[in-house]
Amino acid sequence: MTIPLTWYLILSGSLFTIGAVGVLVRRNALVILMSIELMLNAVNLAFVTFSRQHESMDGQIFVFFIMTVAAAEAAVGLAIVVALFKNKSTINVDDINIMKW
Amino acid sequence: MLESLLFVVMGTIMIVCAGGVVFQKNPIYSAIFLIQTMVSLAVLYVLLHAQFIAVVQVMVYAGAVMVLFVFVIMLLNIDKIEEEMGKDRLVYQKVTAIFFGLLLFAVIGIVTLKSVLQGTKGEYTPEKISEIGNTQLVGKLLFTDYIFPFEIASILLFAATIGALILAKKGLKE
Repeated sequence: MTIPLTWYLILSGSLFTIGAVGVLVRRNALVILMSIELMLNAVNLAFVTFSRQHESMDGQIFVFFIMTVAAAEAAVGLAIVVALFKNKSTINVDDINIMKW
Repeated sequence: MLESLLFVVMGTIMIVCAGGVVFQKNPIYSAIFLIQTMVSLAVLYVLLHAQFIAVVQVMVYAGAVMVLFVFVIMLLNIDKIEEEMGKDRLVYQKVTAIFFGLLLFAVIGIVTLKSVLQGTKGEYTPEKISEIGNTQLVGKLLFTDYIFPFEIASILLFAATIGALILAKKGLKE
C-alpha cells in the first residue's frame, strides 16, 4: 500500500504555513531566518512530490538549485545579522527601524 | 504498510518540530528543532525515491547550514537579546498572523484536495531510476541538460561568499 501523493502536498502546505506564521510572529531575526528555511524546505518537498508524480527527474534537479540558493541566503542573512548586532547590539527586528522614513 | 507508518510518524515529528521552531523562546532550541525537521524531511525524500536529495538534505541543511546558524547564535550571546516578548508594539499582530496562517493553510488544503494530479508522465519510473541509480541520473542531468544553471549556481555561491565576507568585515570595524 502506497501513500497518495496528495498527503505529501498537504504536509508541504502545512510546513509552509508554519514557516510563514513564524516570519510574521517572531521578532528575533535569527528565528525569522530559520522560518524562511522552513518555507524553502516545504517547497522542496512539493518539488520532490511532483517529480515522483510525473516520473521525471527535473523536480529533483530544482531541489538541488533551491538548496544552493538557501545556503547562499543563509550565509548572507547571517552576515547581515552579525553586522547589525555589531552596530546596534540588538537583533530584535522591531528595534531596527533606521530605514523607516 | 511500513511506508505508511513511516510517513505518518515522520510527518507528525516534522510538523511538531516545525511548530517548535516557531514557538520556542530560546533560539538554540529553535535551531535543534529545525535540525530534526530536516532529518524527518530526508526520510520523506527516501520514501519518494529521491535518495540523493535525502543525503544532500542531511549534509547541506542539517550539516552545513545549521552549523552556521548555531555558530551565529553562540557568537551573539543570546541571553542579552531575549527580551523580545516584553514590549509588544504591534498588539494584534500575533493573533492576526495565526488567523491568516490558518486561512492560508485552508486555501492550500482545498486547492490540493480539489485538484486532480495529471499531466504527461516522464520517462523515469521508479524501476528505471533504481536500475540506473538515482545519483547517477541526477549527475547526468546536471552535467548535460542543466549545465548552464549549474554554472550560474557557482557564480551565485561565489557572490554570496564575497557578500558575507564584506558584510561581516564592515560590522567589525565600526
